[in-house]
Amino acid sequence: MSDVYLDHAATTPVDEKVLKAMQPYFGDIFGNPSSVHTFGQRADAALQKARRSMAGTFGCQPKEVIFTSCGSESDNLALRGAALAARDQGKGNHILISGVEHHAVTHTAQQLERLFGFDLECIPVDRYGGVNPDSVAERIRPDTILVSIIHANNEIGTLNPISEISTLCRERDVLIHTDAVQGAAHFPLKMDDLKVDMLSIGAHKFYGPKGVGALYVREGTPLIPVQTGGSQEFGKRAATENLPLIVGMAKALQMVHEEADQRLKNTQKLRDRVISNVLGAIPDSTLTGHPERRLPNHASFAFQGLDGNLLVSALDVEGFACSSGSACKTGNPEPSSVLLSMGFDRGWAKGSLRVTVGKDTHQKDVDVFLDVLPVVVKRLRELT
Amino acid sequence: MGSPRVVVGMSGGVDSSVTAALLKEQGYQVIGMTLRLWSEEHLGLDNRCCTTDAVGDARSIAGQLQIPHYTVDAKQIFHETVVSAFIEGYQKGITPNPCLTCNRHIRWGFMYQRARALGADYMATGHYARLRENRNGKVQLLKGVDPDKDQSYVLYMLSQDDLRHTLLPLGDYTKYEVRKMAEEFQLPAAHRPDSQDLCFLGGDDYRDFLLRNQPTVHHPGPILDTEGEKLGEHQGLAFFTIGQRKGLGISPPRPHYVLGKDPERNALLVGTRDELGQSSLQARDVHWVSGSAPEAPLKAEIKIRYTAPAREGVVTPQPDQKAKVQFPEPLRDITPGQAAVFYQGEICLGGGIIQGTSP
Repeated sequence: MSDVYLDHAATTPVDEKVLKAMQPYFGDIFGNPSSVHTFGQRADAALQKARRSMAGTFGCQPKEVIFTSCGSESDNLALRGAALAARDQGKGNHILISGVEHHAVTHTAQQLERLFGFDLECIPVDRYGGVNPDSVAERIRPDTILVSIIHANNEIGTLNPISEISTLCRERDVLIHTDAVQGAAHFPLKMDDLKVDMLSIGAHKFYGPKGVGALYVREGTPLIPVQTGGSQEFGKRAATENLPLIVGMAKALQMVHEEADQRLKNTQKLRDRVISNVLGAIPDSTLTGHPERRLPNHASFAFQGLDGNLLVSALDVEGFACSSGSACKTGNPEPSSVLLSMGFDRGWAKGSLRVTVGKDTHQKDVDVFLDVLPVVVKRLRELT
Repeated sequence: MGSPRVVVGMSGGVDSSVTAALLKEQGYQVIGMTLRLWSEEHLGLDNRCCTTDAVGDARSIAGQLQIPHYTVDAKQIFHETVVSAFIEGYQKGITPNPCLTCNRHIRWGFMYQRARALGADYMATGHYARLRENRNGKVQLLKGVDPDKDQSYVLYMLSQDDLRHTLLPLGDYTKYEVRKMAEEFQLPAAHRPDSQDLCFLGGDDYRDFLLRNQPTVHHPGPILDTEGEKLGEHQGLAFFTIGQRKGLGISPPRPHYVLGKDPERNALLVGTRDELGQSSLQARDVHWVSGSAPEAPLKAEIKIRYTAPAREGVVTPQPDQKAKVQFPEPLRDITPGQAAVFYQGEICLGGGIIQGTSP
């Protein structure tokens, strides 16, 4: 029912240029990159070109780019692969994650704890949902094998000081992974700046296709493949490569790096417009996440005494697609665990709203949204 | 834009799916809504109305009909109102009808509020009953045209305001016709069988449910005949319903039936078949669909439970939302906790909860 899409943190449409870049690989160039013959060679050439392109944007070596099926798979491979490699080498047992990780990290880490006996510890966050590097440093032990801290949280948009955290992890010889699925959609990330050992991305957050992602794995990082079989992806991830989607992801990432300044300018302006208008027009509302150190397209709020799921439904009926921290198509009423971990009480945490604009979002649509939102919030508060 | 907006309660079943399809065809701006209701999840039991499958079915049917669909969690309020009243009723020795509580508090309460929150003008359900506005501007509640499926019994408590904002498009059709329409709309639920169990029992026996959720319902006491003579012992009043013959665990010379319950003495009262009949009943929380009680006693046809045939009688309104119903002939199985619903022909006048009976 929505006409205006304000949920770019959930997913984005495939850019036309990306679609065009992919097209030949659904047709003429269909070979298996592992094949001996010319069909395979052509496909392999395209695969390596995409890998070099990604490595170029990341400022890393091509062999450090591992193609996966999505950001979640990248997180799974990073955590499970690194933890099992440590186990294999008889290293320590201690894993550190933050309280605002994506489920792909949290649930993988919990499974490692439950089924493999790893010792999982969760780092608390500040009231903006940010991770303080000191909190990481003081929890690192001699048996710590891996730290995983999200680059920017999807729900509240807060950016974490990843390079500082990486530095202190490297000093202590502990592997550091970051889920940069959100951040990679906005910033031209460079691995040397971030200094991480592993970094996850998913193409559909930055106008690439769904079903493809990548894990950056610094050379020399011990990693056991989670998906075993052929020797594709340097033995780190078996499967015939999904060439059209990989080509699409490389193109989309290249565009992020080329257009970053311009996209940032557009989205940030709209984001700030949303934030100041909402806080000004709606009583008992608050911004969630950090006021400045946040994703440039990301505005997130909590409204006291509101049901976030119902708010998102009502906005959809009015023509605006947004999401709620606790949003779930099955109507799960549980308040957002991220907001609870930031110290919000349940009465606030249930009433969350996330508005994420895109590179092509028009200001006039945002302005209509800003007219409608206070009316809908008022109606919901009166009726429920 | 411009056409009236209606929220349809969708369970993934055939009736609510056809309701949504019909209203869409009639030009309404239709929105599907599925409530997630309470169930004993720790036992792996799903609430039949809203299993994960049912929610998924509703969402996919809405997708097929190209209408938006939202799932709303109602577990807590469903438990606090419907399930609690069910357990409490059995504890007090009555046989509650949770569908009535649900319609009053969940559907035309919680859900209606949420429909309004979505800006809806109407709420619609797949009940087999009809609405008609009479000359005085009042909305009348009528039986559904399919005599086997009429569900006006479970809607007698709706207020004029509720009815004015309610659409019941299936009341004009028989179940057979609805299934035909489901086929024509190519709805996957067309052949799904109807279910009669209470949704939150998940197919389980209500006695087991009560024992798990309120162990004190196991409360042995005497089985007494109408002379006050003890014929045996029962394990808890909650395990018996009025008119029940089997499972009493006694063996008098003639078959005995449950006549009633005496919570004060924790006694199960039994008697012979000819002692079963009661010729009058007292109803509480009486609601009149028109909004006001009639001034004089009136002749009506009365249904004493959802599946019972309507029987002629005289309804006498009393103060404090009460009423007395007298039948010319004694009627068996009048059960406190169930509703007595009053009709004149196809018109549902109202009803109330049966409080007591007299011979």
